[in-house]
Amino acid sequence: MSTLQTTRRSAAFASIGSVAAFAGIFAILALLIASHAADPLMGVHAWLFFGLAVVGLLALALWAGSLGDKDPFDQTVYEDTIVKFGVAVSMFWGIAGFLVGLIIALQLAFPNIMYFDQLGWTNFGRLRPLHTSAVIFAFGGNVLIATSFYVVQRTCRTRLAGGMWPWFVFWGYNLFIAIAGTGYLMGVTQSKEYAEPEWYADLWLTIVWVVYLLVFLGTIWKRKEPHIYVANWFFLSFIVTIAMLHIVNNLTVPVSLTGSKSYQLFGGVQDALTQWWYGHNAVGFFLTTGFLAIMYYFIPKRVNRPVYSYRLSIVHFWSLIFIYIWAGPHHLHYTALPQWAQTLGMTFSVMLWMPSWGGMINGVMTLSGAWDRLRTDPVVRMMVVALAFYGMSTFEGPLMSVRAVNALSHYTEWGIAHVHSGSMGWVGFISFGALYCATQWLWKRPALYSLRLVEWHFWLATIGILFYIVAMYFAGILEGLMWRAYNEYGFLEYSFIETVEAKHISYIIRAVGGSLYLTGALIMAYNLVRTALGHGAAAESARPAGAPAAATLQPAE
Amino acid sequence: MSLLNKHETLERHSLALTLGILITVAIGGIVEIAPLFYLENTIEKVEGMRPYTPLELTGRNVYIREGCYVCHSQMVRPLRDEVERYGHYSLAAESMYDHPFQWGSKRTGPDLARVGGKYSDAWHVDHLKKPQSMVPESVMPPYAFLADNTLHYDTIEDHLKALRFEGVPYTDEMIENAKADLIAQADPNADYDAQDALIARYQEASGREGTVRIADYDGNPEKVTELDALIAYLQMVGTLVDFSAYEADDLDNRR
Repeated sequence: MSTLQTTRRSAAFASIGSVAAFAGIFAILALLIASHAADPLMGVHAWLFFGLAVVGLLALALWAGSLGDKDPFDQTVYEDTIVKFGVAVSMFWGIAGFLVGLIIALQLAFPNIMYFDQLGWTNFGRLRPLHTSAVIFAFGGNVLIATSFYVVQRTCRTRLAGGMWPWFVFWGYNLFIAIAGTGYLMGVTQSKEYAEPEWYADLWLTIVWVVYLLVFLGTIWKRKEPHIYVANWFFLSFIVTIAMLHIVNNLTVPVSLTGSKSYQLFGGVQDALTQWWYGHNAVGFFLTTGFLAIMYYFIPKRVNRPVYSYRLSIVHFWSLIFIYIWAGPHHLHYTALPQWAQTLGMTFSVMLWMPSWGGMINGVMTLSGAWDRLRTDPVVRMMVVALAFYGMSTFEGPLMSVRAVNALSHYTEWGIAHVHSGSMGWVGFISFGALYCATQWLWKRPALYSLRLVEWHFWLATIGILFYIVAMYFAGILEGLMWRAYNEYGFLEYSFIETVEAKHISYIIRAVGGSLYLTGALIMAYNLVRTALGHGAAAESARPAGAPAAATLQPAE
Repeated sequence: MSLLNKHETLERHSLALTLGILITVAIGGIVEIAPLFYLENTIEKVEGMRPYTPLELTGRNVYIREGCYVCHSQMVRPLRDEVERYGHYSLAAESMYDHPFQWGSKRTGPDLARVGGKYSDAWHVDHLKKPQSMVPESVMPPYAFLADNTLHYDTIEDHLKALRFEGVPYTDEMIENAKADLIAQADPNADYDAQDALIARYQEASGREGTVRIADYDGNPEKVTELDALIAYLQMVGTLVDFSAYEADDLDNRR
């Protein structure tokens, strides 16, 4: 065995050992908390954490023992196994999240058959955070981690840094999801929308996130390209800003170090603005810059064209991240928040329109010279339609942030329509596009199993979104107008319950739209599995003569 | 466009890029959020606000646990129809002791900022057990299990202490007597001295009479349930501030 091999092996075992030791320390901590739990909920969570950590450690030990002389972190190839895991887990969480969404849509449409009076955990109030977190953090988060690991390696032409530590990020993040999701069902929540997990889950996520940042930066540090590619600026802004938002918004005082309950450090109006500063920028930096990074890699790669404008990407990147952070107060129009803050929030929200469209234009125009791909490749069409939805939502957002419009739209289903056009249309479709591409490329297939199934997915999902948002726009404007309607005698025309009754049909149409979207995702999962297995058009025998079999190390864009 | 050419520096130095991003995204939050902590006119000066009693606080925690904020806002906007439908618009002062705030973002059900005292305790019991029994068209889930769940309050003192650490003015006396206060508020037939002490403590904090109510909220005298606590909370939401003494047009209250 050469000296080089020995050094590599000891470095590999150092990284495996340090991850194992780190996980072991937290497993022991969890065991300590489990044995002293102040409430049963904390007991369940501590045991769950301990159990999953032990399973992880055992799997790690078995895997490390089977390595033999192999260098598990061979620096001459990309770390693609973790991305494959990420693709699979993303698809799983996506379907789970869409399914919970469909269930809660049906609960509002048919409350008499969808509720059980002794099963608190099946109620809308517990399941709705499960839905939002499953789609945003479990599905979206895993897509972001997987694609960022995929993209940063290829654009830096180097293997992921940190040896075993990227795996810590991946499993650590999914452990957080498991704690958060089971917590919602049991009623563990700090009631801050999109930041519901309690203090201990937040602390764990903070640790995972810092490691994520270090792995990402570490990979950039050993890049073989002089420039950092634009997709990586966007990924970096997503990782850094989410860290800042997460830490500040989750400042809280636990009642006991062995109990699940905590009280938010800030109260009332300060807590409200901190929450919506976080909430709006979870949209801005989790669901926008992260997915723009995906757009900046997968669209140029799929259509084999360079990004439309380098200058536009610089201008819209910095203006987008600077302006986004100010927009939070538009969630608090006409509330007890001082009006100067509301006005600032509205002003910056309107300004945000332009940098948002800068991203859309840069993405769509990247197809210059390859417009025919819109017709021939449904995966490209999916990603371009994602940009169309992005453009629509980022026009609608500034519109809704205007105080006079917000007086009508706020608290109504209009807000639900807006977020779903953004999340199902933009985040969903760009993620689906990236997952289709990544599956084909990671498993080194000449094509997807079936483009016809992608067509089916595309149309089912598109029609599903249209059913969903049209129903909710209608319901939202309807109830907004009904709330403020006066009769000829100067009294309010409608009682509140009449406005609920009026939305019944819309709720049913919304559920139909959601089920179409879910069906599309199931078709996609089937297609991805068959592609990975190398069936149909993905079979090796279907590869055109002379085409390269594998994506070897290629120059970065 | 020489500025754009200088961008190359950031593209070649990852730490400069990271730092640049952090500074860029920090500015907005600092300018908007930090002043709320020191500008004096952020929160109006009102009469009547007091910390939650232990029973109300545990009820509020049930409200949070069940995700009521998902469908019910607690923020009446100063719009004609809302003021007529729900009552006086909400003041910042009314949520000054709320950790976390419960303003909400969606009204699948009506706003609850002024629900206190609007319905009887018995209505709330029936409505929470089966909402459709009171409002047939309602899409609200049933909460019958709250009537069976015994309220857990073993560590209530620690809850008050955590809140006091964050600036909620709980006194030593309130913390020491938290358990007794909780029981006294849920049982009209309990020790009268304990009831008087509870009322004295929280009325003094409020500076206003009639802000502490004692009742067997769920109509079940055998035990203190989560339903007791939740209804105790719902019945006091939005009732503390004395609006007859509040001058909305006063310059100090203009924001």
